[in-house]
Amino acid sequence: MASETTLTAIPTGVVGKQAPGIWGFNGSQLIALLVLVAALALAPFFLYPVFVMKLLCFALFACAFNLLIGYVGLMSFGHAAYFGMGGYIAGHAAKVMGLTPEISIIAGGLVGAGLGVIGGWLAIRRQGIYFAMITMALAQMVYFFCVQAPFTGGEDGIQAIPRGKLFGVISLESDMAMYWVVAVVFLFGFMAIHRIIHSPFGQVMKAIRENEPRATSLGYRTDDYKLVAFILSCGLAGVAGATKTLVFGIATLTDVHFSMSGEVVLMTLVGGLGTIFGPVVGAAVVVGMQNYLAELGAWVTVIQGGIFVACVLAFRRGIIGELGNWFKVKL
Amino acid sequence: MSFSRRSALLTGAALGVAPLSRARAQANTIRIGVLNDMSGPYRDISGPYGVACTKQAVAEFGAQGFNVEVINADHQNKPDVGAGLARQWYDQGVDLILDVPTSSVGLAVSQVAKEKNKAYINTGSATSDLTGAACQATTVHWMYDTYMLAKSTGSAMVKAGGDSWFFLTADYAFGHALERDTANFVRAAGGRVMGQVRYPFPSTSDFSSFLVQAQASRAKVIGMANAGADTINTIKQAAEFGITRRGVKLAALLMFLADVHALGLQTAQGLVLTESFYWDLNDRTRAVTRRLLPHLNGAYPNMASVANYSAALHFLKAVKDMGVAAAKASGTELVNRMKAIPCDDDAFGAGSIRVDGRKLCPSYLFEVKSPAESKGPYDYYKLLGTTPAGEAFRPLNEGGCSLVRS
Amino acid sequence: MLDLIEAYLGVPAPLLFGQLLLGLINGAFYAMLSLGLAVIFGLLNIINFTHGAQFMMGAFAAWMLLAMGTNNDAGLGIGYLLMFPLFWLVDAMTLKYQVSRQMRALAFGVVLLLFLPGLMVSLPGIGPLASVIATTLDLPTRIAAVLAWVFPNGLGYWAALPLCALLVGVNGVVLERVFISRLYKLDHLYGLLLTLGLGLIIEGIYRNKFGSSGLPYRIPAELQGAWDLGFMFMPIYRGWVVVAALIFCLATWLIIEKTRLGAYLRAATERAELVQAFGINVPRMITLTYGAGVALAAVAGVLAAPIYSVNPQMGSNLIIVVFAVVVIGGMGSILGSIVTGFGLGIVEGLTKVYYPEASATVIFVIMAIVLLARPAGLFGRA
Repeated sequence: MASETTLTAIPTGVVGKQAPGIWGFNGSQLIALLVLVAALALAPFFLYPVFVMKLLCFALFACAFNLLIGYVGLMSFGHAAYFGMGGYIAGHAAKVMGLTPEISIIAGGLVGAGLGVIGGWLAIRRQGIYFAMITMALAQMVYFFCVQAPFTGGEDGIQAIPRGKLFGVISLESDMAMYWVVAVVFLFGFMAIHRIIHSPFGQVMKAIRENEPRATSLGYRTDDYKLVAFILSCGLAGVAGATKTLVFGIATLTDVHFSMSGEVVLMTLVGGLGTIFGPVVGAAVVVGMQNYLAELGAWVTVIQGGIFVACVLAFRRGIIGELGNWFKVKL
Repeated sequence: MSFSRRSALLTGAALGVAPLSRARAQANTIRIGVLNDMSGPYRDISGPYGVACTKQAVAEFGAQGFNVEVINADHQNKPDVGAGLARQWYDQGVDLILDVPTSSVGLAVSQVAKEKNKAYINTGSATSDLTGAACQATTVHWMYDTYMLAKSTGSAMVKAGGDSWFFLTADYAFGHALERDTANFVRAAGGRVMGQVRYPFPSTSDFSSFLVQAQASRAKVIGMANAGADTINTIKQAAEFGITRRGVKLAALLMFLADVHALGLQTAQGLVLTESFYWDLNDRTRAVTRRLLPHLNGAYPNMASVANYSAALHFLKAVKDMGVAAAKASGTELVNRMKAIPCDDDAFGAGSIRVDGRKLCPSYLFEVKSPAESKGPYDYYKLLGTTPAGEAFRPLNEGGCSLVRS
Repeated sequence: MLDLIEAYLGVPAPLLFGQLLLGLINGAFYAMLSLGLAVIFGLLNIINFTHGAQFMMGAFAAWMLLAMGTNNDAGLGIGYLLMFPLFWLVDAMTLKYQVSRQMRALAFGVVLLLFLPGLMVSLPGIGPLASVIATTLDLPTRIAAVLAWVFPNGLGYWAALPLCALLVGVNGVVLERVFISRLYKLDHLYGLLLTLGLGLIIEGIYRNKFGSSGLPYRIPAELQGAWDLGFMFMPIYRGWVVVAALIFCLATWLIIEKTRLGAYLRAATERAELVQAFGINVPRMITLTYGAGVALAAVAGVLAAPIYSVNPQMGSNLIIVVFAVVVIGGMGSILGSIVTGFGLGIVEGLTKVYYPEASATVIFVIMAIVLLARPAGLFGRA
């Protein structure tokens, strides 16, 4: 592609420089991480635990999506398929098969990753817009499947899914108990993504994003790297969907629908593509908006569209990207 | 809705209510939250009209020693948003959640209501699970469900001579349920099912090839087990292919006055459908419609929007009956009281609520008039048959509701 | 003979022929929409996600033109659509006479003032104040009044075809000038995100103003009725849709492949800087190309209005399928999008006979197979 600016707004050169710090976090990121962990610990005492849990699930979903777009430069326009399918599987596992929550979540993640193998295998044949459209079409197929398949309950969805007992012992029926599980799952996912980005594998991913032909010429089988990144992203999206299903006790078509694929793009874009904390902030903004704008009724779609337009035209770095740019730090 | 200034102002006024929701709940204030679709495909069925109908009920109920507040929000057809809002509302002192179209959201909110022990009246969802396997002591299902629609359209239609059917079914649970139930009633009434075709939902916009298949079966009635834009597209294309002109009846299994209005009589004439309310049914329905019209922005009430009026009125009666403090204390007790006292209002007349939470009212089979028969605005229906309240809904013992045994 | 076919195919031959024909008609819509996408993609390198909304706008504009004599909302809708040519005019004039930035801003400000107060009235919270201004100074309201007076019976189908193409096309031109043109130096995916956002806004506004259940639009009197083809009744209107779509597709193809303008276009697709160096106004060509692609979508919308439900979500349901068609045909290939559009319509029609449940998925399955065999699409260059 002969574009002058790459999709991620990070100036080249910053990338690849191994910043000092712990676990690959640089100084400012470490502070941000501490803020995040502190916020996680305090949030349920100030906000609705269910709301915060929902936010965390979407934040993990957006982080998983960002792993692809921000660090490999691949924009999937069908990530809802993996998110929603993870949710359905977890719901089915917990309700019909009576499995414990941790197994249900893992099952959701595995199925998300499994779908990602097929989707990725097809989609990585093309780049850029083509990649986006292929992933979108595949997601549409998954959506049709979910509408028709008996186990998803069609438009009713799977309802009244029990949260069950963690490891068969600790009941998660209370919101606070569930909250700590969700927080741990989120932190696990968040750290995993961070670890992937800073591994040698992650370095190659970023090399592909910056210049794929060069990465190929250096001897990397870029397709393999892209496929693995895609599968990892889908797996984590599945985990996020599975967790959300257990939080609300429902798994419905909303989560596999195309608009969900659009929403996760919006979250990442608002927060900042290719930043570690951006998707978390973006998810908070979008989820919060859905909740608080609900009273504005009919204008929700228009406002969402407006934010898309404003972000693309004026704030391509996103909130965190702009902040980082302001303070000259990488977040 | 319209581009008119007045409507815009009305919307603004409706939206201005939002800050009220942030006010602290007062001991002597009953709060009703109307949770529905204000921006999506089900908007015209209830949406702003459902809110207006609720407010009219509150206005007519008048001052009875306690204040009543109505708030509303858009669940955007997302179950998690709906359930989240419901939770928040109940915690902020909302005493009743009303409307909630879209089955997935309707069922999810029912769970929250049970958990919070607060009253919940669903008027907008079609799933009969709300009073069946998923029934709750805090939930009342006020309006149509798939069973009632199937029974009215299926059996009354056969009695009216339409004894051979072909189904055009949206290939998902809702469509399957409608097709299955209707087919059973058609057979029970002595009719025959000649065949069916299941088309993918929601991506089908061209139904002509299915209509041609339906016609090839030589059935007298084409049953449309679908809803919304699908039904409208089917009817439009059936008119185009001259299917209705050749004596085949179209039976819509879920359709509202607003849909008929959208189609226009020229296209919709001869169509058969079931509603529980029609504004021109009798003196009482005409009276309530007259009172509602100034608030509906040019549209006429249908069974889904006016159900909010009826439900809110009955709810307020129950609150008055048991006192505000007791009503706020337990949603189960409140709903039990609603079940205990008889319903009566201008929209649906006398009625009652069954132990499984099902509100009973008659269902009517209508045929859409031709343009020549229609004398004025929204003069769209003629009555073909009535199913009395006692027979209109699924018998208590067949639903599998856990409340029935206890 | 027919019996033999039936024995082979397992379906009565008349039914099969009928379905093939109906598939062709659906294909006509796929072809027209994917053609518009292909034209836009060829020159702008943008996947126009607003395409579905613009298809919907075409259908709505047809309804507005018909109803503007009797329905105030319809007239207002046209009034607002007519604001876009005004914008374009100011834009073009100020560019032509190279006025200062301040003057240009002032000119745009004046245009905004003509309709913004009326628009604000519909936003929450600003109501009362703006409504006072709006009643005195709102151009769309005035236009609506004039239109209702001049055309008490509205404008019918045949007038709607060119007029809707123009109105919606010019709307597209303004979108390109105001928003899309700012993104050409960026990654193409930004274009996709921007147009997605614009589509959401348009759909949301139409749903707020016109509701979700749709509006009536009848088949024009000249095209009512049906032919008895022996094996099925073929509505005349459907025949017209196929013919019209073929005409539009062929015309577009001829313009691009056989005219001087088309030659410029193709040249600019390959190397815009060079074409510009020859003294051709490439930015304007890009703007007009976008407008033309949008106009194609609008025409498809008008063609669809009499047979499909005219509602705000009518485009978004169709557009994802059309994207798949474009991927199969090869992005940016004019001929490819026409042939695949019609071809896939037929394939889908056949599926509706043999296995209706899969008729939505079949196009995506084909897409997957094509991607495996020919990643660039059937007609695309690798």
